[in-house]
Amino acid sequence: MTDLLRKAAKHAALILLALIMLYPVLWMVVSSLRPGNEIFRRPGLVLDSLQTQNYADGWTALAAPFGHYLANSAILVLACIIGNLVSCSMAAYAFARLEFTGKKLWFAIMLGTIMLPIHVIIVPQYILFSQLDWINTFLPLVVPKFLATDAFFVFLMVQFIRGLPRELDEAARIDGCGHARIFVQIILPLMLPALATTVIFTFIWTWNDFFGQLIYLTDPEMYTVPVALRSFVDATVSTSWGSMFAMSVVSLLPVFLAFLVGQRYLIRGIATTGGK
Amino acid sequence: MSALGELQRMRRGSGGTLGGKKDNKAAAAFLAPWFAGLLLVTAGPIAASFILGFTDYNLIQPPVFNGLDNWTRMLGDTRLHHALGVTLVYVVVSVPLQLAAALGLALVLDRGLRGLAFYRSAFYLPSLLGSSVAIAVLWRQIFGADGLVNQVLGIEGQGWISNPDTALGTLIVLNVWTFGAPMVIFLAGLRQIPAMYYEAAATDGAGRWTQFRRITIPLLSPIVFFNLVLQVIHAFQSFTQAFVVSGGSGGPSDSTLFYTLYLYQRGFGNFDMGYASALAWLLLVIIAGFTAVNFWAARFWVTYDD
Repeated sequence: MTDLLRKAAKHAALILLALIMLYPVLWMVVSSLRPGNEIFRRPGLVLDSLQTQNYADGWTALAAPFGHYLANSAILVLACIIGNLVSCSMAAYAFARLEFTGKKLWFAIMLGTIMLPIHVIIVPQYILFSQLDWINTFLPLVVPKFLATDAFFVFLMVQFIRGLPRELDEAARIDGCGHARIFVQIILPLMLPALATTVIFTFIWTWNDFFGQLIYLTDPEMYTVPVALRSFVDATVSTSWGSMFAMSVVSLLPVFLAFLVGQRYLIRGIATTGGK
Repeated sequence: MSALGELQRMRRGSGGTLGGKKDNKAAAAFLAPWFAGLLLVTAGPIAASFILGFTDYNLIQPPVFNGLDNWTRMLGDTRLHHALGVTLVYVVVSVPLQLAAALGLALVLDRGLRGLAFYRSAFYLPSLLGSSVAIAVLWRQIFGADGLVNQVLGIEGQGWISNPDTALGTLIVLNVWTFGAPMVIFLAGLRQIPAMYYEAAATDGAGRWTQFRRITIPLLSPIVFFNLVLQVIHAFQSFTQAFVVSGGSGGPSDSTLFYTLYLYQRGFGNFDMGYASALAWLLLVIIAGFTAVNFWAARFWVTYDD
């Protein structure tokens, strides 16, 4: 009996903690559906009526409708996903399956770049991209993804490929397959879970990334969701918290959906490689 | 298991030996994008920023070599010193709190608890949302003068974010709030500890506390170390939250002036690219220094099974 009580108490404490943790986010969702001025008066979660006025106001509060920024973010995210899938899987195949001169050293360098702060490279990168006239395009944010610079995913895929039985490639080798065919026809189809993890993390990280997008996208026409949302904060006085909340909720929705769909891959991904 | 473990293993020289025939040509083809990235996007810019650190450069005129000027300027730059202090407080306070929360929850969730998947998801979700501008907007409201926190506590007048004494605290709370990611790593680590160790210890009459101290702590220590190194590196690079909460200023009274925010102001506010490059290198040295100290200290408390 005491054991049962202890278990119940434990669950009650955990549920309470989870509720406290998620309360601010839930409250933001609820507040965005209330008349604007109630944000400052109602700390509770009870919703007496469903007001969508904040969403209508927020959607049109900036120079372009919010959908424009959502579309920009979607294009950017899609391009980054394709880049990471192609370039990281190629690099991972080489590190996991090929023997080549200086492999250990290159591998160590690759691992080292996982921990490299972006601030150390941002200034010369900015100079390079501005010389190429790439400022206010998505290129500075997308091209690096096609060059396997997200070493986190290379490592994740290396780990995955190492776990695949080598007999498969060897059999294909005996049948006369080259590395290109082994990679495309044997390894890639088998590493779908690692690719799925890459898709989901790239989606969430790119969607949330602020620093890079703030620096490279200064033309309001090119704004993505985080930059647009930030300009919203600066442009409006505190009276429009309602519409700001509404657009914040809109901007979090894709992340939340990705979380729901891809939880399994996310959890496995950070458990094996320690991402965020 | 982790990238860090991999590096440590390589350092200790127990990585796999290489032999057999080399596929240099194929490797060059598969690694071509990565090599290009290394040259143009990572290693190249690191070297370039080192050189730029010894110049005066505003993007319009060509860079002018100015010797150690940027570095001596740092010595007298009181805002920089202030930014360093703010960042250190943030790292030293928020990372241990975050890891303690992560480890504590992981230990509670580990013991065959019903609904584990649900709790894990609920605690992990803030990690995914925490770095977004939307959450920073939310933080600005809830710690504002008429914000949620003051409504709940019944306080009127002063907001937490507009008060220089508490503004940094709200960002620390935000970082601790994202303890879910290290928690998931701890949970995975706990699952690797064979149950028979505990069974054997219990048979020998070891209590739960002894089991925790003699089995869980030593076997989990490499994971604690991994999380510590990672989160310290992460915390040093925090930017978005301070930027949005302070409206880009690092205020009030520079109380949320993170190092990265100051670097941004110098480089992309004033286009003082030479100085910003030197600042970036100092940040790299500081992070590397902290990481090196972590690795050095690891020998005293991290247990390796090999």
